[in-house]
Amino acid sequence: MYKILHKETLSDVTKLMVIAAPEAARKAQAGQFIIVRVDERGERIPLTVADHDREAGTVTIVFQEVGKTTMHLGTLEQGDELATFTGPLGHPTEIEDYGTVICVGGGTSIAIIFPIARALKEAGNTIISIIGARNKELLFWEDKMQTVSDELIVCTDDGSYGRKALVTEPLKELLEQHDGEISRVWAIGPAIMMKFCAKTTRPFGVKTIVSLNTIMIDGTGMCGGCRVQLTDGAKFVCVDGPEFDAHQVDWDLLLARQRFYLEEEKQAVERWQHKCQLGVD
Amino acid sequence: MAELSNRERLQIPRQTMPTQEPLARRTNFDEVALGFTLELAQQEAERCLQCAKPHCVEGCPVGVLIPEFILALRQGDIDGAVRAMKEKNNLPAICGRVCPQETQCEAKCVLAKKGEPVAIGRLERFVGDYELERHVCPLERTTPTGKQVAVVGSGPAGLTCAVDLGRLGHEVMIFESLHKPGGVLVYGIPEFRLPKRVVNGEIDYAAECLGIKMHPDAVIGRLYTIDELLNEQEFDAVFLGTGAGLPSFLRIPGINYNAVLSANEFLTRVNLMKGYLFPEYDTPVKVGQRVAVIGAGNVAMDSARCSLRLQALHAQETGEVHIVYRRSPVEVPARAEEVHHAEEEGVIFDFLTNPVEIYGDESDNVCGMRCIRMELGEPDESGRRRPIPIEGSEFDMDVDMVIMALGTRPNPLVFNEAGGLERTKWGTVVADEETGRATKARVWAGGDVVTGAATVISAMGAGKRAAADIDRFLRGEINPW
Repeated sequence: MYKILHKETLSDVTKLMVIAAPEAARKAQAGQFIIVRVDERGERIPLTVADHDREAGTVTIVFQEVGKTTMHLGTLEQGDELATFTGPLGHPTEIEDYGTVICVGGGTSIAIIFPIARALKEAGNTIISIIGARNKELLFWEDKMQTVSDELIVCTDDGSYGRKALVTEPLKELLEQHDGEISRVWAIGPAIMMKFCAKTTRPFGVKTIVSLNTIMIDGTGMCGGCRVQLTDGAKFVCVDGPEFDAHQVDWDLLLARQRFYLEEEKQAVERWQHKCQLGVD
Repeated sequence: MAELSNRERLQIPRQTMPTQEPLARRTNFDEVALGFTLELAQQEAERCLQCAKPHCVEGCPVGVLIPEFILALRQGDIDGAVRAMKEKNNLPAICGRVCPQETQCEAKCVLAKKGEPVAIGRLERFVGDYELERHVCPLERTTPTGKQVAVVGSGPAGLTCAVDLGRLGHEVMIFESLHKPGGVLVYGIPEFRLPKRVVNGEIDYAAECLGIKMHPDAVIGRLYTIDELLNEQEFDAVFLGTGAGLPSFLRIPGINYNAVLSANEFLTRVNLMKGYLFPEYDTPVKVGQRVAVIGAGNVAMDSARCSLRLQALHAQETGEVHIVYRRSPVEVPARAEEVHHAEEEGVIFDFLTNPVEIYGDESDNVCGMRCIRMELGEPDESGRRRPIPIEGSEFDMDVDMVIMALGTRPNPLVFNEAGGLERTKWGTVVADEETGRATKARVWAGGDVVTGAATVISAMGAGKRAAADIDRFLRGEINPW
């Protein structure tokens, strides 16, 4: 069992948890993920490592309550325990001094882009960051991103904070302004955002890295449920990723595969909410 | 009962195991074979001729004392039968259910020459189940040696190795990547063939008796490398029993559509995650109305039979489940009993049929599969007749789910930073067959990770041989490197 040492509410639906996992903390690096299972009847879901502290023996996760499992996880408090916390899994981000890079984080994935931007900064890169969310309420860590960015652009879909724009707009402008000067782009967020970031950077020929969060069970290459189609063949997100060259990904297939269990997810959420209501009554 | 003559013993028919009726069982996940009653077991035990030179034992990869346990059983000394069994076999309730006895001990039984062999497997299961309930013969440790062994993987090979090492007085820690121990016994083999209470019961009991420590959620190769286990974590030896967990997919167009999945994924959802109990359990599992399972091994049979059951649970009317196999019935690699059970339950077999393309609809869901008819040519390197496509024989199958059960390979994750550990071009570990010694000092390996996908009992045999060799090494009797 893995104890929740600390919990923070980043927005109504976005939670941060610091988990006691000394063995995983020894090895965790930016870009890797953890498989979490809430309780004995729980499903296994991948969550990308948001931070780690080797001395304290902790790994930090950030998640948005979008399905039954994350809603359930969100109800746990400091002192509660998780049934499974396996990792770190997948390959870490390839950190090098590339020159000037753009780091894009959308929604909950601001928590994922942060440690990557930090590591890239430490490696000597000039960091231009773009963070975005649907609205002000869902934004977080602007201050943290500021500390690791040479330039930071904040936007919301509805204009309730920062610039009213999708992240692809400033991304395109930056690529135009700094034509030929951007060595790499990291774009991490919902699949649809990553798809459009890939589309935005492609004409500029700038290598773009995305972190895919697909359906998976074991996280070790055993089930193959997480497979994605790249231009050079099918890959498993869990062992070959989770980071891939965005320009190689078959995004439409990826989006379709993410929808496969939509009906069951809906059913599970309804059942969970019903159960919660009964609990309150 | 008075002592019978051999002539009288030969008169006794082989006792049939009570089973759930095919029509009933295809709608539930309860165990199919219900097990012998004491009366049936003793009646069957009377059939054994107690050969002076028992060939059955030669057929057993772990050398179970077969005549001894059967004799005790028919004399009414069931505790004695348990003791005789556990001399060599630490997990009899599991072996009694999943060993292919028809090609091992029972194939060598002297009665098999003229008629039907003694039902050794069913008797083994009876004894195993008896012990699981009563715990009459706890495993015992000899004097502790103070030596520590890391066993990687808690499937049949790792478990057997761990238990034998524990009995020999060594400290054992089992590292398991999933959240539950058992490996293929929990994620692969379905509840109706091997109830998980049996697996958990056997493992918990053995681990408790011998003080074996279990470390779930530990992906070796990521959390610790083999070198770290040997050096930083100070284990004296490492046994690799990580199995063959990597699925294979056909190289045809359309394999990434929704509802094309590996048997590993399908079975893990059903078995380990208990997807058939969704939404009581959180992990969903879908089943098509018309399922095609590609392949004809035991894993294919398990997938097909799980599909039938899910169809019954999910819908009022049941659908169709096909086994699509490119060779003929003669080459089917699954156990005869599994094929028989699948047929009884209504699985449709399409032999000499090979998929060439999977079709998807506008939502990228499977909506059909193009196949080609095959004929058999000359034997290939496997000794089986090579299937050859019949030109112009393509046809479309109406399916909405495709499960690939095409064999598995070892997972390379465990080999991260394991310098000096040689592997073959198939990704299996190079290890001595008799001792399990790998090419890297203080590392042994056994089971599917060495042989490629094989049987539970052959993995147990390998785990046992490796444990004996590790013991000799830890006692300083040998130093092979």
